[in-house]
Amino acid sequence: MKPFRYERATDAAHAVATVAAHPGAAFLGAGTNLVDHLKLGITAPDLLVDVSRLPLDEVAELDDGGLRVGANVRNADLAAHPAVRARYPVLSQALLSGASGQLRNLATTGGNLLQRTRCAYFQDPSTPCNKRDPGSGCAALEGWTRYHAILGASSHCVAVHPSDMAVAMAALDAVVVTLGPDGERRIPVTDFHRLPGDAPHRDTVLRHGELITAVELPGLPWAARSRYRKVRDRASYAFALVSVAVALDLEDDGRTVREARIALGGIAHKPWRAERAEQALRGLPATEESCRTAADAETADAHPLRDNAFKIPLVHNTLVAVVRDLVPETPGSSLEGAR
Amino acid sequence: METEIRLRVDGQEHEVAVDTRTTVLDALRERLGITSPKKGCDHGQCGSCTVLLDGRRATTCLALAVAHDGAEIVTAEGLGTDGELHPVQEAFVDHDALQCGYCTPGQVCSAVGVLREAAQGWPSVVTEVGAEGDIVLDQEEIAERMSGNLCRCGAYVNIVSAVAAAAEAEGAGR
Repeated sequence: MKPFRYERATDAAHAVATVAAHPGAAFLGAGTNLVDHLKLGITAPDLLVDVSRLPLDEVAELDDGGLRVGANVRNADLAAHPAVRARYPVLSQALLSGASGQLRNLATTGGNLLQRTRCAYFQDPSTPCNKRDPGSGCAALEGWTRYHAILGASSHCVAVHPSDMAVAMAALDAVVVTLGPDGERRIPVTDFHRLPGDAPHRDTVLRHGELITAVELPGLPWAARSRYRKVRDRASYAFALVSVAVALDLEDDGRTVREARIALGGIAHKPWRAERAEQALRGLPATEESCRTAADAETADAHPLRDNAFKIPLVHNTLVAVVRDLVPETPGSSLEGAR
Repeated sequence: METEIRLRVDGQEHEVAVDTRTTVLDALRERLGITSPKKGCDHGQCGSCTVLLDGRRATTCLALAVAHDGAEIVTAEGLGTDGELHPVQEAFVDHDALQCGYCTPGQVCSAVGVLREAAQGWPSVVTEVGAEGDIVLDQEEIAERMSGNLCRCGAYVNIVSAVAAAAEAEGAGR
């Protein structure tokens, strides 16, 4: 590991000014991803500015019925927060699907948004990777692609974003609040992460020295009916093959979809907001058939790689399963068959 | 570059000079000679370096020591009192929840954290949505909550039994 200087930030503005002034500087939160990268030789900052003790650790009520989550709120605390459990169960479940109890006790909201792909080639500096080393090529293209993207990828990068939390936040239309050298910015979380294009080394739209200070969850009363489901190669403590976040607003009949919010994980370079699926589901009864129609709309442009064509039916089946969990059983519902 | 930090470990104050690259795990093992937290994968994936860090179970291999200046740490070595094993340690012995034993200190610390988290009503991903109040640590809950600790001997069945027994004993004592 390359030696680096360490500085503990005294306030957010000081942290931003310090990192902005040093091209080789990086923010340090809990470090659960960054320290791993220092060990693996994926990144080599010469200055770490520790922001983990800045007082950005409150979950506060917003006027619109939403919540403002400080960037330093721990994943374990956010998942257990009574307001999150009651009003955004999809977010609580997504957080609890990620990593392990020990890591959730350390990891933070801001850091989770910035965790980098777990693509095996990105994590292995002996292989070419355009994300780690721009212009070097992509070993995944001809490699093992079980975990890679089926939507939104490019010939430069087929890696997927690893965060569960961010998928739920994409479904909830959360807003990332940042402080940069030019002041505060508010970035919808759906615009925060980038598709790879020809610059996969840039994960997000953040500028150097720009610090996440909070995430705002807009008031959305019907998000109380929301769920997250993660499908993985082992029962727990593994990254998603596919994950699905859904919030449903139902008509008074308890089964027709008035409004749906759907986001997918494990299939793209960013948390994938499934607007086509939402559009397809609107006005339909929440049945297996309509879920499959919605999933068809979303995956129509999918480009599976050698090892991951299974993700297309997996998106379909997982969407059916999540909606089945969300819609009260009605006699004759065709979702019964999927149970 | 070296920095002087303070750590309180198993009730004892330590001052130690660490390079900025030193993890909490390396500070404990290499500088302070406290070897109950084990270095397994060193990448946050196996849980053998788990301690109670400021009261919560945490892996120490990805935590920089310099960032944890002033921390209160309890390792598996410091869990017992007056020569007596901690009830979770007793339960591990009673249920033969260890084979090679390398992962055991981390498993024990993690289990102590699991009991605290459950007592606080923290959900896991297998807890039913909307369920409030006491968490029942059944087999499914324990397996999910302990999943950050890997045991290559596969002693999981007995580890789950040990944690269940410790949970029950603690519940009875409340």
